[in-house]
Amino acid sequence: MARQISSPIELKTYAEEVCKKKERWEMVIAVCGGTGCSAFGSYDVRSAFTKEVEKLSLSDRVLVKMTGCHGFCEKGPVTIIYPWQYTYVSIKPEDVPEVIEKTIIKKELVDRLLYRDPVTKQRIKHNNEIPFYAHQKRLVFQHNGHLDPTSIDDYISVGGYQALAKALFEMTPEQVLVEVEKSGLRGRGGAGFPTGRKWRFCRNSPGSEKYIICNGDEGDPGAFMDRSVMEGNPHSVIEGMIIGAYAIGATKGFVYVRAEYPIAVKYTRLAIEQAHQYGLLGENILGSGFSFDIEVREGAGAFVCGEETALIASIEGKRGMPRPRPPFPAVSGLWGKPTNINNVETWANVPLIINKGADWFASIGTAESKGTKTFSLVGKINNTGIVEVPLGITLREIIYDIGGGISGGRKFKAVQTGGPSGGCIPEWLLDTPVDYERLTELGSMMGSGGMIVMDEGTCMIDVARYFMKFLSEESCGKCVPCREGIDRALDILTDITEGKGRKEDISLLEELGEVLKDGSLCGLGRTAANPVLSTIKYFRNEYEAHINEKKCPAGVCKALITFSIDEEKCKSCGKCAKVCPTKAASGKKKEPYKIDKEKCIKCGLCRESCKFGAVIVS
Amino acid sequence: MATGIVREVDLKALEKIFRGFEGKGESILIPLVQAIQAEYGFLPKEALVKASHHFRIPLSRFYGVVTFYAQFYLTPRGKHTIRCCRGTACHVRGAAKVIETVEQELGLKEGETSEDLSFSFETVACLGACALAPVVVLDERYYGQMNPEKVRVLVRQYKGASIQESSIGEENNGKAD
Amino acid sequence: MADMVELTIDGIKVRAPKGTTVLEAAREMGIVIPTLCYYPGLTPYGACRLCIVELIRGKRSSLDASCTLPVSDGMVVFTNSERVKKVRKVILELLLSTCPNSKVLQDMAANMGVTKVRFKIKDRGCILCGLCVRYCKEQMQSGGIGFVGRGTSRKVGTPFEMTPAECRNCNGCEWICPVCMRACRAGQLVEGICGGCLNVAVVETCPVCVKCSESVGPEGHRAYGK
Repeated sequence: MARQISSPIELKTYAEEVCKKKERWEMVIAVCGGTGCSAFGSYDVRSAFTKEVEKLSLSDRVLVKMTGCHGFCEKGPVTIIYPWQYTYVSIKPEDVPEVIEKTIIKKELVDRLLYRDPVTKQRIKHNNEIPFYAHQKRLVFQHNGHLDPTSIDDYISVGGYQALAKALFEMTPEQVLVEVEKSGLRGRGGAGFPTGRKWRFCRNSPGSEKYIICNGDEGDPGAFMDRSVMEGNPHSVIEGMIIGAYAIGATKGFVYVRAEYPIAVKYTRLAIEQAHQYGLLGENILGSGFSFDIEVREGAGAFVCGEETALIASIEGKRGMPRPRPPFPAVSGLWGKPTNINNVETWANVPLIINKGADWFASIGTAESKGTKTFSLVGKINNTGIVEVPLGITLREIIYDIGGGISGGRKFKAVQTGGPSGGCIPEWLLDTPVDYERLTELGSMMGSGGMIVMDEGTCMIDVARYFMKFLSEESCGKCVPCREGIDRALDILTDITEGKGRKEDISLLEELGEVLKDGSLCGLGRTAANPVLSTIKYFRNEYEAHINEKKCPAGVCKALITFSIDEEKCKSCGKCAKVCPTKAASGKKKEPYKIDKEKCIKCGLCRESCKFGAVIVS
Repeated sequence: MATGIVREVDLKALEKIFRGFEGKGESILIPLVQAIQAEYGFLPKEALVKASHHFRIPLSRFYGVVTFYAQFYLTPRGKHTIRCCRGTACHVRGAAKVIETVEQELGLKEGETSEDLSFSFETVACLGACALAPVVVLDERYYGQMNPEKVRVLVRQYKGASIQESSIGEENNGKAD
Repeated sequence: MADMVELTIDGIKVRAPKGTTVLEAAREMGIVIPTLCYYPGLTPYGACRLCIVELIRGKRSSLDASCTLPVSDGMVVFTNSERVKKVRKVILELLLSTCPNSKVLQDMAANMGVTKVRFKIKDRGCILCGLCVRYCKEQMQSGGIGFVGRGTSRKVGTPFEMTPAECRNCNGCEWICPVCMRACRAGQLVEGICGGCLNVAVVETCPVCVKCSESVGPEGHRAYGK
């Protein structure tokens, strides 16, 4: 089984061998094992398939496998049947016998399991024809739908580690570096610093011992792209890191994964182990004389550890406190040695660039932002999931063409990008192309790729308050502007949402925002004001409504709303009374129900339960 | 002082853990503490004091690290851990109400453990399962698209189960409609 | 002789040894930059942010803490520009709101012309400057005390709130604290200001010209030359 591959030629022959082995499978049933699908029961679906295949003695022709996240979490569990790429969505274990009987044996489709286009009402056979996928450009995620993340052979069979072989044997470290520089790849973790330039800083720093780190501490709430990469195709990250180490001259690498992602930790560890067994990691990689090793470090639950210097402190065994830069990690990083940190997605892009060339990569995207970017499209949107798009695509295309618009037929209000460092972008700016510069101009930022869609039922002050609350808990607490400034901004925002806002609060928040931006020590504090400043900028009228009229237009802030029942719409069904936890809603048959304002705790359950829209919030 | 009285047997386990971390400098601190927590389910004070002596790292360093990261616990954990996500996606889809409901059902505030050690309740900055928002994780199992109603049923199921397991006569709580 | 670099501080060209900080270079010139978490002989920490200065990079400028900013060749720095003062005052307001009974802070407020605190007063009795922690670790080689928790619940403490074995009872932590030993004894606070030290006159802190506030800006130092 395990074998040491000691030259590029051997790697090629082995790849052919693996491909040949795979040919014996007439059909492959790929069940999505992503977090979304597994919560919808994809493990049970997989077991049902395995059982059924065995029962009908098909196991020598049909392979059932669990893959990484397919991205279309909304319709989980997603199952794709190769070679035809028939895509079944929301599949349940009960459906399995029928799928086997019809699709696998008779080669027919099970219509009701196909994705149904909500507009045309047509059933769609293949995944790449579903609008959600059709508008994407999947490069980092290209193999997620059919690779078994626990199998290095699977990765090798699709050309895995060929980029490594090419870099080690056909290119000098300098050439690799130039290629990455020319590609225009920029850090996918948020700030968008040119990757090639970063590598060069580290390479040029004096010292024989250098480190590289893969930042898998994906802490932005609303983002799970890196998780999907690590859980779906961990070898692509490992390969990228080895190539990077070769270019930079690093001897040791660390993958820092947040502890909330146990499967990512497990698969990354497994991938490293397998790469070792194959001689793709460790001493004398592929017989090239280059040696490099990787270790996994688990985070322990601190958002601020996504910041480079805090992450380094954490690996060193300390409290994850950021420290001032300069010196930059490229000069003095882990244990004082030159260190290069990139995030998961950045590393996963590297093999693509080496394989297909910088020019190819640079042909995708805009003048300043090259390649594709993954986003997690979540919130009040129809098609939630992971998407990968060429940079320069507009927000509107992502939200409407791929995301299928706002759920529940409600009106779009804002999209939040960049996590707690980002801002909220309103409707009239949806035609902005997505790249690093444009998003920053709007007062938001690219961030790691969380994209949270909000509808008219979202209160923007509540959102700003939410982020301040998040950041006040996640701030390391070292510097005054961040620790106290965020806390006071939270106080002010809380007052506003409770109807205690004062006229001067908006300008005070703006002033505080500037101080945070200018005065904080690290990136967390310096960008912390974005959620507040951007909502003031684009939704000032909402702030004013809260402060001047003591009203929450979105009907969210409890202190500013009252619930009542529209007597004409009420059908006296009694549903509201049934769900009301405080018995505030009550009534008799054939008479309109009433809500006792004294008892009402404004939980909103009655409004959600009313089928006739009779519960009014004002 | 009252928390975390270590039984004699535990110390043996500790020595075994220490062996894996000898001679590697202070960078072992977090993996070491993680290993201790994996063994005991939380971080008994005595274990940290012992580790501090063994590795000659000031106890304040341990204490500082342990209180900095959200994943470390200095008090024993409940049998079941229920974690509610308060990430952005969950927030805009109504996580606050889900959290409120759990608080009501368990009579616990976030970060607390029930006195009989049956439940620990915590909220998490983001579980990274945003497509399922709002998400609740109960003992490693993800439950997606929660609402107050659904989470109430879920909690009551577990409550019922844990009461049955500890073979106390009073049940009925488990019957959720 | 150590390597020297040449930089411009408040319009004046100076030479400073490589490896020193902007704060040290400026103080060497007699320029007063307020600090709280800085103490000669302890590792610079960069936490209180009062020592921020404006750093000019071409047409753009940014603020950075001078206590942790190493000098470099061709650097252009303003220690008391309008932008610096504005941010510094708000930071002081924030500090006062967490620790209104510190005489050190109240004196600074009088000095900088901060006459009111607009934020909610939450007296935590500690500004987390970390002087005590660093003193304990670096000067006493002890490490008895440390930081506990994070974010707004971060504080200075001992492990499990008991006296640690490492403590040498030197009292250095109390001695160096700008809050504990130097509490403000004045009466009541009015909008966060004690008003007990009204004798402290407002002084502009640049020794070079009379009124920095009007002369210093990214465009240059009017008092000198132009």
